[in-house]
Amino acid sequence: MSNNKLHINRLHLHFLLKQMIRISRFEERCVSLYNQEKIRGFLHLYNGEEAIAVGVMQALTDQDAILSTYREHGHALARGLSMNAIMAEMFGKASGCSGGRGGSMHLFDSSLRFYGGNAIVAGALPLAVGLALADKMQQRKTVICCFFGEGAVAEGEFHESLNLAKLWQLPILFVCENNLYAMGTAIEFEESNPKIHLKAASYGLSAQVVDGMNVIDVEAAAKLACSAIRNGAGPHFLECQTYRFRGHSMFDTQLYRNNAEIEQWKKKGPLTQLSHWLTGNHQIEPEELQAIESAVEKEIDEAVRSADAAEIEPVESLLKHVYKEVSHG
Amino acid sequence: MDKITFREAFKAAMVEALNEDPRVFLMGEDVGRYGGCYAVSNGLIDTFGAQRIIDTPLAESGFVGAGIGAAMGGMKPIVEIMTVNFSLLALDQILNNAATLRHMSGGQISVPLVIRMACGAGKQLAAQHSHSFEGLYAHIPGLKVLYPGTIGDARYMLKMALDDPDPVIIFEHVMLYNQEGELPEKNSIAPMEQAVIRRPGRDLSIITWGGCLYKALQAAEQLAALGIDAEVVDLRCLRPLDRATLLDSVQRTHKAIIVDESWKSGGMSAEISATLAEFGLWYLDAPVQRICTAEVPIPYAQHLEQASLPQVTQIVTAAQQMMASSESAVRE
Repeated sequence: MSNNKLHINRLHLHFLLKQMIRISRFEERCVSLYNQEKIRGFLHLYNGEEAIAVGVMQALTDQDAILSTYREHGHALARGLSMNAIMAEMFGKASGCSGGRGGSMHLFDSSLRFYGGNAIVAGALPLAVGLALADKMQQRKTVICCFFGEGAVAEGEFHESLNLAKLWQLPILFVCENNLYAMGTAIEFEESNPKIHLKAASYGLSAQVVDGMNVIDVEAAAKLACSAIRNGAGPHFLECQTYRFRGHSMFDTQLYRNNAEIEQWKKKGPLTQLSHWLTGNHQIEPEELQAIESAVEKEIDEAVRSADAAEIEPVESLLKHVYKEVSHG
Repeated sequence: MDKITFREAFKAAMVEALNEDPRVFLMGEDVGRYGGCYAVSNGLIDTFGAQRIIDTPLAESGFVGAGIGAAMGGMKPIVEIMTVNFSLLALDQILNNAATLRHMSGGQISVPLVIRMACGAGKQLAAQHSHSFEGLYAHIPGLKVLYPGTIGDARYMLKMALDDPDPVIIFEHVMLYNQEGELPEKNSIAPMEQAVIRRPGRDLSIITWGGCLYKALQAAEQLAALGIDAEVVDLRCLRPLDRATLLDSVQRTHKAIIVDESWKSGGMSAEISATLAEFGLWYLDAPVQRICTAEVPIPYAQHLEQASLPQVTQIVTAAQQMMASSESAVRE
């Protein structure tokens, strides 16, 4: 699927739309499962930001690695983790993609080089530097893709990591999902200069602002950046401007913003934009859209059913995976 | 046998590792061109080049995190942190990532990383360069914590740590770097997670590690001249803790003095003391004694610094008092 040419054809656009619908509907189902207390803990949903995960993922190959945040269901789904394994993880089941040890914020699949949801803001950026250093030292031609929100920009680890990445000319694609709020604090209350791409540029990275609500724009920008990175141009930075349609987590009463603002952004939501364009240009028939929705619903139903039926990890294995088990035999 | 310093032993261990495994590299502040803050890596950049002896900016969280990422990516990094106090800037990466990733990912992620750091007091470096935080790191599941106190361990523990699939921290006491000793045979070195009896004795057990080991051995010599036969237990590895060896020692001697260069409250000495209370209470003929650093940030002035640290005379006095009171208890 992944290469550096844009394929703006019908089939590919349908694929992008389906991926975004998968994420969006999955997140909506999570809300009801949370209310049913099937999912517990912190739950951070990706609605509104789907175009970023889906667009960027088109530029990555199987050999590339991905690091993400606690709002990572979308990245995991777009990377190809199965919905069953993600749902089982959130149900705390043994068949979950982290064996029930991680939950919503810590989805992992090392076979897909998906190195997790990290719930320390900016905590994954230094890891991206190290993974890129390791790949460079081992002469692997990969891209390490690191997603984070604009809240991470205030952390020291952001600045340390960008400096190291450029200093050592590492193959990293930094993707800032600028949704304008770090939890409940708007960007104007946390950044002396809210133009985040300029901070990246100040470290010498090639940095660009992208409409994070437009999946084609994101895909195009990510492909150009990855192509340059693979050609040895060093780290690149995308500031994807976006908006989260739901609260920070399930505990958010959203006192810090008003409905008018949310509605304004929803009008240019990534699914809305793409499906309107496709419909208006006769690139999708209503029955095709319906078929996508039905297929996604079926996939989610199956994920819920299998997660419900899955076994829990036996309590006897509580202490497993603290250290690598040494085999005696 | 050859005599070498601790500094030479630590360096020889790195040279061996760098020669044997192309995945090994050293990264840290001033490890290359400067030659290492304590000159442990002096000259390595000339032998192995700047690609494997990597000078980092002053960004502890960044380069420790990069070490973790590189370990995840198939390398075997040795990360040097200049001083244990600076490691607190990287505590997020050490605790929230290195120690946690394996469990949080259901066993999918390994972090075969070694972090070396200089620690300990005695050079009048005051309250931000002199501390002993091995107890703090030993608190954290997912880490292994080594503290060599002999030339042999300084020379051979690094290899064991690099062979381990989990993150290992190695503490290097700054007062040991210039100390000289005979280098023992490699095959005489115990596995890294095992405590070792450095001096057998019948009358009491002095339990210690790292930078206090030589003080305990000196105290034992002085006690021998006074007719008291002290055993010295070197813990070597503080996590996982070899409880069996220390309990076995106290079962034989019935008395324990713990010498710890960190603070008493909530520290490693408290953990060992609790181990004795939990599993060895009936072995004891006397209350456990602890000789630790005074509960102050380490002061600069030499007399104050020395007054804050565990000293040989304190160990000797504590042992004498312990023996005297248990003898008088027997007479009563």
